[in-house]
Amino acid sequence: MGSKLGWLKLPLYGVLLFLYLPIAVLIFMSFNQSDAPFTWSGFSTRWYGELLASPEILIGFKNTLLVAIVATLLAVILGTLLAVGLARYQRSAALEAIALTPAIFPDLALAIGLLTLFTNLNYALGLDSVIISHALFCAAFVTAIVRGRLHQLDSSLEQAAADLGDTTVGTFFRITLPSIKPAVIAGALLSFTLSLDEFVIAFFTNGPSTPTLPIVIYSMVRFGVSPEINALATLVLLTSALIIIIAQRNLKVKDQI
Amino acid sequence: MAQVLVRAERDAVKRRALLARTIFLLPGLSYITIFMLIPLGFIFFYTFLTRGTYGGVEYIFTLENYTRALDSLYIQILIESILIAASATLLALLIGFPAAYAITKLSSNWQNIFLLLIVLPFWTNFLIRTYAWIVLLNTQGFLNKGLINIGVIDQPLELLYKPGAVILGLLYAYLPLMILPIYSALVRIDPAMREAAINLGASPAQAFRQVTLPLALPGVLVGSIFVFVPSVGNFIVPELLGGGKTVMVGNLIRDQFLKARDWPFGSVLAICMVVMLLLLFFIQARVNKSVLGEKNG
Repeated sequence: MGSKLGWLKLPLYGVLLFLYLPIAVLIFMSFNQSDAPFTWSGFSTRWYGELLASPEILIGFKNTLLVAIVATLLAVILGTLLAVGLARYQRSAALEAIALTPAIFPDLALAIGLLTLFTNLNYALGLDSVIISHALFCAAFVTAIVRGRLHQLDSSLEQAAADLGDTTVGTFFRITLPSIKPAVIAGALLSFTLSLDEFVIAFFTNGPSTPTLPIVIYSMVRFGVSPEINALATLVLLTSALIIIIAQRNLKVKDQI
Repeated sequence: MAQVLVRAERDAVKRRALLARTIFLLPGLSYITIFMLIPLGFIFFYTFLTRGTYGGVEYIFTLENYTRALDSLYIQILIESILIAASATLLALLIGFPAAYAITKLSSNWQNIFLLLIVLPFWTNFLIRTYAWIVLLNTQGFLNKGLINIGVIDQPLELLYKPGAVILGLLYAYLPLMILPIYSALVRIDPAMREAAINLGASPAQAFRQVTLPLALPGVLVGSIFVFVPSVGNFIVPELLGGGKTVMVGNLIRDQFLKARDWPFGSVLAICMVVMLLLLFFIQARVNKSVLGEKNG
């Protein structure tokens, strides 16, 4: 494969080295025995054990899991319906742009908007406000992926079902949903990791007593490097990577662009 | 009689279409309206109000927030943010373009594998990826130790907590967003166009400059916006890798909302940022249209 590349190997492998070197060093150091963060002193998995003993991290993990699951459910329902509506019932560039905006809009702008809204409604901040906020941008990613799939598919089967007298809802469940299932699953997996790893919006819309895992990580990394963070970071990175690889099996990378 | 039937049928089709739009579009669009559009309206409205004593706002109309944003201190931070984000974008383009070009030369299977390898880090935890650079660049970190061991330096270099470290962190975070759109623009170019140029006497370098590059321009623009937009509003990288010494507009907005509790002023800054980004999207759409127009015409 490489022979055709010639000098182009340099930028390609250079980029991969650049992207993976910091992660590799981080994972390597998570197995360090001593608590000196920069000196290698032998292999050990003790820091992974310490994680399980930290109530802060466990609570953060539980909160994050709850947020990611519920936000994903919401996002999949909202995003799938929106994608079908835009692809099959109302072609409109303007509506499409609005539907996808939460995915590309700066997270900070979404975050202060949501904070302002919840404050004005006197809505107490907590995990539910994080769920509502995460579902907003996750739904946009689901919409993008499912819409991509719908554009590849022929709508003649759906039209045939409608002509034969099937109801709108019936056609959706019998024809449309089965054919877009891989994209819906990929969207759900992507939503789940996005929510799992999301920090900025959670930081603004969360209450003080229910930190999600990224918020716990943030408060840890501000105090510098520690082997415990390295171990936690390794687990979080590998979890996301695994979910994305599974999502990828349902979808080609090219469709995401 | 027949007319009545046709009309009844037409009405039924219309009703059905309306029902479908309601079922499919209403939930999502209302959600976006309530949780994004209305809040953005709030933010805009806040720019004209007076700050409350304990956060929030008082409903006293003023333009003072805007005049305050014109203070040289804030203009300077805005310019510095733009420069840092632009540097990260330019570097991403210089590194990302050849990498994207290289991927298009691979077989379809390898293309998918390399694209996955490039996007994979992007979908993982942003905080952790930024933190990884502290592990690497710290004065006692891997890079310094390595350089000392091979004798390049004898004192550890202070690599962190400088604008350069912030640029590096942003480049690292968003490089995949540059590579993907450029790649997708490049693979869509019909090889026949390049061959035609070469058959007409162009050198490979000329063909690249005059055929490939202009047709890749829409991808370059999308990639640049995808890197620039999240960079300029970022507050994590300046805080973690800039050590709080480099203040970007994102830090300023965050502080106005969570620390200084001056929501109207924070809103002005946020609106400035959003307007700048909308302008970029507008330019991108125009260029895109003109490039595609030329191609078709």
